[in-house]
Amino acid sequence: MQDFAQEFTRALGLILSGDPGLWEIVLLSLRVSVLAVLISALIGMPVGAVLAVYRFPGRRVLIVLLNALMGLPPVVVGLAVYLALSRSGPLGGMQLLYTPTAMIVAQVLLVLPIIAALTRQVVEALDEEYAEQLRSLGVSRLASVPTLLWDGRLALLTAVLAGFGRAIAEMGAVIIVGGNINHVTRVMTTTIALETSKGNLAPALALGVILVGIAVAVTGAVSALSLRGDVEALRHA
Amino acid sequence: MRELPVAETIRHGVLEIEGLRVRADGGTLLDVPRLVLGGPGPTVILGPNGAGKSLLLRCLHGLIRPDRGAIRQDGVPLDAAIRQRQAMVFQRPVLLRRTVAANLDYVLRRRGLGRGDRRARIGALLAEGGLARKARQSARSLSGGEAQRLAILRALAIEPEVLFLDEPTSALDPAATQAIETLVKRASRRGMRVVMVSHDIGQARRMARDVVLMRAGRVVEHAPAAAFFAAPATLAARQFLTGTLVI
Ligand SMILES: Nc1ncnc2c1ncn2[C@@H]1O[C@H](COP(=O)(O)OP(=O)(O)OP(=O)(O)O)[C@@H](O)[C@H]1O
Ligand SMILES: [Mg+2]
Repeated sequence: MQDFAQEFTRALGLILSGDPGLWEIVLLSLRVSVLAVLISALIGMPVGAVLAVYRFPGRRVLIVLLNALMGLPPVVVGLAVYLALSRSGPLGGMQLLYTPTAMIVAQVLLVLPIIAALTRQVVEALDEEYAEQLRSLGVSRLASVPTLLWDGRLALLTAVLAGFGRAIAEMGAVIIVGGNINHVTRVMTTTIALETSKGNLAPALALGVILVGIAVAVTGAVSALSLRGDVEALRHA
Repeated sequence: MRELPVAETIRHGVLEIEGLRVRADGGTLLDVPRLVLGGPGPTVILGPNGAGKSLLLRCLHGLIRPDRGAIRQDGVPLDAAIRQRQAMVFQRPVLLRRTVAANLDYVLRRRGLGRGDRRARIGALLAEGGLARKARQSARSLSGGEAQRLAILRALAIEPEVLFLDEPTSALDPAATQAIETLVKRASRRGMRVVMVSHDIGQARRMARDVVLMRAGRVVEHAPAAAFFAAPATLAARQFLTGTLVI
C-alpha cells in the first residue's frame, strides 16, 4: 500500500510537472480520436440523415447493419484494418500500417456506425414531426436534411460525444494497427497497458487519471446536454 | 347544396374540387363531387369533429393525393409550383427548434430574400403579430397562443395567394383571437384567398363571406355566410347552428 501511495504521488507529479513524454502521448491520443470523430461525423451524419429521410429498397437492412456495427469489437476492427494495410493487403502499398493515420482509420470504423445510427434515430424522430410542415413550406426532402440536422443539433452533439468516448477509451484497434511505437503511435490506452505490464505504475496511473478525467468530462457534457434536451421537450409539451 | 354564382369567382386563388374521394382501409373519408372556393373574403369550413375538415384542407394544399378526383387552382391542377403560392397553418403548428425570428427567417431565406429585406420583413411581421419582444426567444418556449400566432405570421410571411388556416384560434384568449382575426381579415382584404376551418360559430359570423358545412366526409351545405346563418337550407345546418348536430 505504501508503494501504491508513492506511485500515485509520483503520477500526480508527472501530470503537474507537465512531463513532456506524458503530454506527448495525451496529445497524440486527442489528435487521433478528435480527427477520427470529425471524419466520422462528416460522413456519418449525412448518411444517417439520408437513411432517415429517404425510403428505398434495402433501407431496413442497412439500418439493422448499422445498429449491429455499433457494437463491433475494437480488436476485430483492428485486425481487419491490419489485414487491409499490411504489406500483402489490398492497401498495403500506401504504407500506412503503424502510423497515426492507420489508428485514425481504425477509430473511424468504430465511431462512424455509432454516429450514423444515432443520427438516423434522431433525424427520423424529428422528421416524423416536421415532414408535413416542411412539405407545406415547399422544402424538398433533400433540402430538409440540413434543416433536420440543425434542429437536432443537441441530440447530435450527444451522439458525437458518445463516439468520442468510445474512440479515446479503446485500445484493441489502435494497438494492432499502431503497434504502440514510442513517440510515433503510443496513445494513452496502449501506454497504460505497456507500462503496467512492465511494473511501471506511475506513468500508467498518471495517464489513467487523465483518461478518466476526459471520460468524466465527456459523460458530464452528454448528460448536461440531454438534460437541456429534456427541459426543451418539457417546454414544448 | 347551394353554389355561389360564378361571376363572383373571377379572382386569383380560386380553388376547384371535382370528384374528390379519399379512402382509408374500407371507409370513405372524403367524398366531394364538386366544390368551388373563390371570391373575395374568407371561406369558413364548419363541421363536427372528424367531419373531414382538416383532411379537405390537406387535399387542397396538395399534402394528400386523393384516391380519385382533381383539384385545381385558377384552373391549373395542383403541383409543386402552385403549392409554393399557398401556405397552411396546421391545427397543431410545428415550429422549428430555433428562435422566433429564425422561424420567420427560415421561410424568407427560402424565397431568396436578401439579409436586409429579411430583417425588415421579420420586424414588420413580429410587430403585426405582437411578438416583437419575443424575437430572440426560443420558439419552443412560446405559450400555446403565441406559438399559434407565430405559425400564422410564418404563413403570412411569404404573402401566399391562398392561405389555409386549420382552427387558428382554438388555443387563443379573446383578445388574441381578435388580433388574429384582424390579421387574417387584413390579409384577405389585400387579396389573399383565405380558407379557414373553425369550430367557433361566432368566428364564422365575424369572418366568413361563405360557409362550407361538412359532416362525415361530405359537404352538406355551401352558401354565402349571410344566407347560411339567416336561413340554413339543410337540416344538418340548422342542427349544427343550434348545437344539436352529431357526427
Ligand atoms: N391518414 C388517415 N388514415 C385513416 N383515417 C384518417 C386519416 N386521416 C384522417 N383520418 C380520419 O378521417 C376523419 C376526418 O379527420 P379530420 O382530421 O379531417 O377531421 P376534422 O374535421 O378536422 O376534425 P376536428 O374538428 O376534430 O379537427 C377522422 O375520422 C380521422 O380519424
Ligand atoms: Mg381538424
